[in-house]
Amino acid sequence: MRQNVAAFFSAFIFAIGLGVGGMTDPAKIIAFLDFTGDWDPAMILVMGGAVVVYAVGYRWVLRRPTPLLSRYFRLPDARRPDGRLIVGAALFGVGWGLAGLCPGPAITSLFTGSTGVFAFVISMLVGLAAVPTPNARVSTDESTLNAPPVDGRAPAVGSVSSV
Amino acid sequence: MDTSTMVAPLIGGALIGFAAVLLLLFNGRIAGISGVVAGLLALRTEDLGWRAAFVGGLAAGGLALALTQPQVFPTTEFRSVPAFAVAGLLIGIGARLSSGCTSGHGVCGIGRFSARGLLATVTFIVTGALTVFLVNTFFGGSL
Repeated sequence: MRQNVAAFFSAFIFAIGLGVGGMTDPAKIIAFLDFTGDWDPAMILVMGGAVVVYAVGYRWVLRRPTPLLSRYFRLPDARRPDGRLIVGAALFGVGWGLAGLCPGPAITSLFTGSTGVFAFVISMLVGLAAVPTPNARVSTDESTLNAPPVDGRAPAVGSVSSV
Repeated sequence: MDTSTMVAPLIGGALIGFAAVLLLLFNGRIAGISGVVAGLLALRTEDLGWRAAFVGGLAAGGLALALTQPQVFPTTEFRSVPAFAVAGLLIGIGARLSSGCTSGHGVCGIGRFSARGLLATVTFIVTGALTVFLVNTFFGGSL
């Protein structure tokens, strides 16, 4: 239960950050991607600020053997970049450039009553559900989900496939 | 861009990074929104709680913004509904294929010095920019 409360508050702060950073306005994303036109670099500042804070915080947190409320860290395994990654990111970018929205801001905007946002989220769910994960690295395997970690970190197999 | 307009984006970004750190510290998870939602769709019951709570938190934060800072949301529909639908589909498919999105790859991936994260981020920025250019050129920026 405490994990759920923690996740709720993390997401709440995340949403506030999106709003403060201007990322809930698709026009700002489009303006950032509009390199040859009326360029607005705001998104770089948002992402830069986020990356710096995360990079520092990530290292600090991982000095711990375990998270505070959960038994193990579940970190992506270090796979090499592959075709799926590139194709996926390319498609993602097209969608992003079309709508100026990505998953976080879209969900954050759900209560604005925008039909467009609603359509985006529905389609996004369809898209997410439609793609099979090839080697089932998403931890549906109960034995690995609760397996004691090899080195105090995530289980050696069955780590989450999505970042 | 002068310094006064740089403050809000930086603070917003810092909050996002901070929120992602919190999820790692408390739940041991990477704050990749597409991944959180995808796991929710997979209906793995041992996992649903924190995922549903996270999505709820995003929506609740958005509601708080809508009530207190409504100007952060656009007042007009930025794109047509079909355009949003197509975009959403591409975002969903692309995020699943690449195993991440702007928060997963861009914030957490780059923050972890992940080659996949950096490559994915560069790639979607490039195709995003190309798409904006094409929409501007062939549709006058209106879709």
